[in-house]
Amino acid sequence: MAREVRCKTVEEPSLVALAKTHAATPSFKNKTASGSHLSNVHLCISSSCFLSGAGQDVGRSCILVSIGGKNIMLDCGMHMGFNDDRRFPDFSYITQQGRLTEFLDCVIISHFHLDHCGALPYMSEMVGYDGPIYMTHPTKAICPILLEDFRKITVDKKGETNFFTSQMIKDCMKKVVPLNLHQTVQVDDELEIKAYYAGHVLGAAMVQIKVGSESVVYTGDYNMTPDRHLGAAWIDKCRPDILISESTYATTIRDSKRCRERDFLKKVHETVERGGKVLIPVFALGRAQELCILLETFWERMNMKAPIYFSTGLTEKANHYYKLFITWTNQKIRKTFVQRNMFEFKHIKAFDRSYADNPGPMVVFATPGMLHAGQSLQIFKKWAGNEKNMIIMPGYCVQGTIGHKILNGQKKLEMENRQTVIEIERCEPGCCHLSLEVKLQVEYMSFSAHADAKGIMQLIRMAEPRNMLLVHGEAKKMEFLKDKIEQEFTINCFMPANGETTTVITNPSVPVDISLNLLKREMALGGPLPDPKKPRTMHGTLIMKDNSLRLVSPEQALKELGLNEHQLRFTCRVQLQDPHSDPDTLSRIYTHLKSVLKGYTIQHLPDGTVMVESIVIKVSSSAEEPNTKVLLLSWSYQDEDLGSFLSTLLKKGLPSGLSSM
Amino acid sequence: MKLYCLSGHPTLPCNVLKFKSTTIMLDCGLDTTSVLQFLPLPLVHSPRLSKLPGWVSKDGTINLEKELKECAGRVFVDSQPEFCLPEKELLDLSTIDVILISNYHCMMALPYITEHTGFTGTVYATEPTLQIGRLLMEELVNFMERVPKAQSATCWKYKEIQRLLPGPLKDAVEVSTWKRCYSMQDVNSALSKVQLVGYSQKVELFGAVQVTPLSSGYSLGSSNWIIQSHYEKVSYVSGSSLLTTHPQPMDQSSLKNSDVLILTGLTQMPTANPDGMLGDFCSNLAMTIRAGGNVLVPCYSSGVIYDLLECLYQFIENANLGSTPFYFISPVANSSLEFSQIFAEWLCHNKQSKVYLPEPPFPHAELIQTNKLKHYPSIHGDFSSEFRQPCVVFTGHPSLRFGDVVHFMELWGKSSLNTIIFTEPDFSYLDALAPYQPLAMKCVYCPIDTRLNFHQVSKLLKEVQPLHVVCPEQYTQPPPAQSHRSDLMLELQPPPMPYRRCSVLGLPFRRRWERIQLLPDVGPVATHLSDLQWGKKIFTQPPIVQVLPLKKMRVRKNPRTTRGDLVNNLQRAGTKVTKPTISNTLRRQGLKSCSARRVTLRKPVHVQARLKFAREHLDDPEEDWENVIWSDETKI
Repeated sequence: MAREVRCKTVEEPSLVALAKTHAATPSFKNKTASGSHLSNVHLCISSSCFLSGAGQDVGRSCILVSIGGKNIMLDCGMHMGFNDDRRFPDFSYITQQGRLTEFLDCVIISHFHLDHCGALPYMSEMVGYDGPIYMTHPTKAICPILLEDFRKITVDKKGETNFFTSQMIKDCMKKVVPLNLHQTVQVDDELEIKAYYAGHVLGAAMVQIKVGSESVVYTGDYNMTPDRHLGAAWIDKCRPDILISESTYATTIRDSKRCRERDFLKKVHETVERGGKVLIPVFALGRAQELCILLETFWERMNMKAPIYFSTGLTEKANHYYKLFITWTNQKIRKTFVQRNMFEFKHIKAFDRSYADNPGPMVVFATPGMLHAGQSLQIFKKWAGNEKNMIIMPGYCVQGTIGHKILNGQKKLEMENRQTVIEIERCEPGCCHLSLEVKLQVEYMSFSAHADAKGIMQLIRMAEPRNMLLVHGEAKKMEFLKDKIEQEFTINCFMPANGETTTVITNPSVPVDISLNLLKREMALGGPLPDPKKPRTMHGTLIMKDNSLRLVSPEQALKELGLNEHQLRFTCRVQLQDPHSDPDTLSRIYTHLKSVLKGYTIQHLPDGTVMVESIVIKVSSSAEEPNTKVLLLSWSYQDEDLGSFLSTLLKKGLPSGLSSM
Repeated sequence: MKLYCLSGHPTLPCNVLKFKSTTIMLDCGLDTTSVLQFLPLPLVHSPRLSKLPGWVSKDGTINLEKELKECAGRVFVDSQPEFCLPEKELLDLSTIDVILISNYHCMMALPYITEHTGFTGTVYATEPTLQIGRLLMEELVNFMERVPKAQSATCWKYKEIQRLLPGPLKDAVEVSTWKRCYSMQDVNSALSKVQLVGYSQKVELFGAVQVTPLSSGYSLGSSNWIIQSHYEKVSYVSGSSLLTTHPQPMDQSSLKNSDVLILTGLTQMPTANPDGMLGDFCSNLAMTIRAGGNVLVPCYSSGVIYDLLECLYQFIENANLGSTPFYFISPVANSSLEFSQIFAEWLCHNKQSKVYLPEPPFPHAELIQTNKLKHYPSIHGDFSSEFRQPCVVFTGHPSLRFGDVVHFMELWGKSSLNTIIFTEPDFSYLDALAPYQPLAMKCVYCPIDTRLNFHQVSKLLKEVQPLHVVCPEQYTQPPPAQSHRSDLMLELQPPPMPYRRCSVLGLPFRRRWERIQLLPDVGPVATHLSDLQWGKKIFTQPPIVQVLPLKKMRVRKNPRTTRGDLVNNLQRAGTKVTKPTISNTLRRQGLKSCSARRVTLRKPVHVQARLKFAREHLDDPEEDWENVIWSDETKI
């Protein structure tokens, strides 16, 4: 599966486009202020997400959301497969020149993977953005380290210029505002954001963005099944207008984790048993800890003796982060950390370069994960020649790296880089060959923590969104998931391509202040217990003044606005053939209405009128035609329904069998 | 809107606010000063304490030899220590919907409130408050259960007898409500009702009220609370600090524009400057050690001790105390030190940036690593063999009535070389020392209380401008010992509304507006009508309002509520209904009754799948199963 995906990513056009400016989106506030129609409010979402595959380290996430007149950038990722300008999102879509600050209200980073935060210093320092950048504490701690590491590889090793500097990373991090889980952060008067636990890596978060009654939830990458060191993503029933979800594993319902873990352990065990060495190239943070915990418990249970090493430097530091941010791990680790910190490994020791030549079996975790440089590559070169050894790739590899080549089954590797040659010479003095035979076993096993189709559906059930937007996945698979979502939840589901803008129209409810007197009066009318399931109609006067909406009783409104009450009355004449005298006709009408309109108050007043509720009926006739009676009906605007009913009723004439009392 | 005051202690409050048909309890502090009336509980048999004479009244008419013992002219109760609980009679505790906790010192009465009272609500607290609160409760239970005392004294509590007793015992209040400590089971059950919240998280209660915790700067995870509807705002300020210690700084601006501000938990030591006290603490400690004596610091196992250790970390290098061992003895010492390091989000900016490096935020990690600070669960076990003198011992309980501190008092009390330094402000040090008299050991009193003082609070109130202030009556007059200090009280315009134990205050509110939502389909009607142009834009229209009755919410929240529960519940509220009425009402509202399933639902398809799995794996060799990691931790 992973292989297919890789081809896809390369063929994808690098078209990236970003948002609209504020002005394009009418804001709700302006509308109420101007006091014109309360029409629907548009919520524009423009998404630019490079559709990436199963790997967690490719693709580039950058989504722009316009909601209620606010523009928010969600993630600011970078593409690891490119070395040129296409690496970063095209921010010129937002503005052709100048800084981004005035076009963006805030930037939110979901987690520290470079495909979600890699372009951040480029955007804030080189393009120019001074507004707030929000991320969780662990992300804020780890993100600069990964960025610096990445910068070193790109600039120092590959010798690229026109790249951000260490100072830029530092300056960028100064703009970061840390975010706590479930804390409601008020970005400005109207815009608020709230973070939820996402369980993808340490500190990964989903964010809810809210302006007035409209809201969007962006999941970032998330995982719905708790693993050995992280908990499951969770969100409350916040009913967002749009849920933007990743869909990396859109069609897969992954085989149980237990199976994958068993496979992994079996392979490691077999290799170690026959005296081979196992190399596991990993990224310092994330899956490395998961696999360490897995091996640690296995070693303990099986009472294994073969040493496990962890390449030094970043990884050791990484474990320290896990210890300090233990509140972000799962329940079990948090509960037991005082007795035994899961990240203090008993069997796993720090690696030294010289250990690679030690005889006998061993397991080594080494960075980086794609075998493109550093310690993992060095060790790989030493062990590649022996078919007893094994390399397990737990993550995705970008095209062009050695990791990618060996996964494709390449058996002979050309070492093109001068630096590599020197390394080889140093390792095996006297031998100058430039190619390397790959004899060791190569295994690929995905342990990345993304939600599968079941997980995505589960999240939808949790949050109950009105619309769904899928990003960060493959078009074909997304299509399948989209159908499934639309079928099961009957909600709209969008899957915008890169650079495409999706607009969703929301039905915002309008908050109104109601005077307590009026509310109490209306409640008293409706009996003791209102039925919560049935909406109730109530009458009042809505005053729109100074940007506020207030519902008060009509009398109060008139008083407040200094207006006289105007009565709007409808009057109509109905001609009727009736041979009786006027008072008799009136009493006949009275009897008739009494029999037809049960449950209404009908009064026959001594002054020669009939009142039905507040509707007045009078009878008159001219001297010339005493049998043609003219009925005068008069009702106020409030009784329009009853009034028009009465007039049609009386037009039909009176039934003959009526007594005049 | 009403405020019921269940505790008279100004720093350990327990108030109940009734607001828009929700009942909210604000904190449940446990007044532990009552334990000062009791004899200490020694860890090892103390001949001195067991030989104390019993008390008999002067005329010999009352003989309570068994219950009361005399020591250095004072009378103590010889029984398991008891605590003074919040008032339980003022209102029905089962009607409480939520409890808001402000800090871990103010939740110690929680098991008394939530257990065995019919309480079905939720408790809201921040994560550090919950975790450290749990540690403090665990410690308390451990202290009590470690040295069980069969005897329980009850006779002295009779009003006629208490009246005739000497000294402070005669003046003890509410003795009939005094209770023994809860059990660990109660603690676990009470804490399982806690729901975690983060600072500035908006929590909706039944759609009627919104509550929000704010950072209060006093301790890890300590919070003030905002309780508001769309038009009314009540701020609850409890235990706040403006000093820069380890917790996140206080959030003041969110308290602005409150209608009512309930002010509790001001400093208990208004005349003592915490920085000066910290200096005194260090210099006295150094002096004693240099003279070859030991230092005993009775303290709580979390809170100020972190600051003390941090201060000592800098101090010992300069003062040449590098070789002196520091011991921290408490059943939860290790947990407390470990927990303090993992709450980066709740710490001040300085400490947060340390975590980014990554380094532990508190320097006591280094003290432990370099073996300068050692922690032990109790004086038994490893400690007795590794213990070296002269040394500094931090241990509880600060009342000197139970815990390991009792042992050190007996051990070191007779030598004038040793010093005891009091740092916790909760107990009067003279009262605490009373049962150990005569005492040769030096006593130093350096109470460190970082909570707001009167100067800070008046500045704060000027800034946030609440319409009304409610506070314990103690704050409306100068402390009795310093009656001339008119600066040690609250002077406000309008004057604050004082409360005492058992007060019920009506809060001055005039509710005039309520927020409703217009359904969007009303929109067109509105625009249509506006075309009528009645002079100005004013028109009538029918919005649609939904009101959720609270009773239904209660059933939905807790589906195991029975009809009988509701009948009782309503009867207490003064409404008499029958069970069939309840069923009918609930059915009308869409809630049906059902009985709980006793086994998991297994449809035929599940049965088939299980059978298939079993058949497939029937012949798997045993080694295969060894490779399986069982998610339920089964071991094969």
